[in-house]
Amino acid sequence: MLQAPTRAHSRVLGLGAYRPDVIVTNDDVCQWIESSDEWIRQRTGIVTRHRAKADVSVIDMAEGAAREALQKAGIEASQLGAVIVSTISHPYATPSAAAALADRLGATPAPAFDISAACAGYCYGIAQADALVRSGTADYVLVVGAEKLSDVIDNTERTISFLLGDGAGAAVVGPSDVPGISPSVWGSDGSKWDVISMTHSLNEVREISLAAEAAGSLAAAAADLGEDGHKLWPTLRQDGPSVFRWAVWEMAKTAKRALDAAGVQPEDLAAFVPHQANMRIIDEMVKQLKLPESVAVARDIADAGNTSAASIPLATHRLLQENPQLSGGLALQIGFGAGLVFGAQVIVLP
Amino acid sequence: MASNEEILAGLAEIVNEETGLAPEAVELDKSFTDDLDIDSISMMTIVVNAEEKFGVRIPDEEVKNLKTVGDAVDYIAKAQA
Repeated sequence: MLQAPTRAHSRVLGLGAYRPDVIVTNDDVCQWIESSDEWIRQRTGIVTRHRAKADVSVIDMAEGAAREALQKAGIEASQLGAVIVSTISHPYATPSAAAALADRLGATPAPAFDISAACAGYCYGIAQADALVRSGTADYVLVVGAEKLSDVIDNTERTISFLLGDGAGAAVVGPSDVPGISPSVWGSDGSKWDVISMTHSLNEVREISLAAEAAGSLAAAAADLGEDGHKLWPTLRQDGPSVFRWAVWEMAKTAKRALDAAGVQPEDLAAFVPHQANMRIIDEMVKQLKLPESVAVARDIADAGNTSAASIPLATHRLLQENPQLSGGLALQIGFGAGLVFGAQVIVLP
Repeated sequence: MASNEEILAGLAEIVNEETGLAPEAVELDKSFTDDLDIDSISMMTIVVNAEEKFGVRIPDEEVKNLKTVGDAVDYIAKAQA
């Protein structure tokens, strides 16, 4: 029996981004919740977020980002040995967004699958791509974080919806002569499963639908359904303060472990790309990690909002666009979110 | 172990660092949200810094019960005992 010959190293060869063109300002948000532009900027650092039009899907955005990543990497879709899409907003439990994406790109019959790791999904994807390439299972792997979060929010609630945007970011991972992706520090803490979650399950959607049908309307059924019962469509909620505490202090420890695993000191970094959850989380993490001023910190959240799995590749793409001299430097990336799940690694910027 | 006065002074220092509020504005009967205008995110930063300073553990679910500066001082004093 044979096993695939292994490789020593892998790296990110190219990145791509898709930013949908509807710009939602804080003033727009204030039509839905009682707040102000100043309050939102102060509390979150967010000025605008991009959202996709009704006819633009998760797969459309993933395709836009993937095509650019392939082109930048100089790789044909037919060379892909796997297509991984991280998303929580592809509206089909099955089939996957990845299978459709692979086919659109011309990567068929590459293995293709979605992963559910929310805002850590891109780092989870990079961990898998690194393993697939170095194990010899695949030559090139496409990793995409793609989210149409505007489909899974309730604009009138205050815990999370106003933070969120849509978009997609992609990376092509392939073989390398030198180390390009550090050991991944990744994990989960399901004891905090309910800290960020959907309001209810698809089974409950069915129950609410049946109750509404029996009562004649959703409004008529609402009294029996209790809080939020009048809302059929499940949307995201979070316990912001708990998430903040975990994201800053626990994730700073995870980021330090990722640096240790990479054998890298903070001053060796060219860039720090944390998940773009909230500017205050980013600022506090920078403080906790004692990053020197020389490290470029991704702050794409100001314009893009929180795009979950897409945020790290989008923010990295922008950093490189605005600071091409960072190419070849080391970036610490860390994703964290619903699950709770987290993933971090140091990569050589393409 | 710190006295209640020492805890109050230490808390005032932490609040000052996080919000820029004068330490003498941090009085026992002041509400964190209503009087000191401290939001839930800043409150978490204050809690984590207080845990470190006083060597206590303040779980997430307790934080919402700490309405006033006095609540926080009492909690920390009890947790230290």
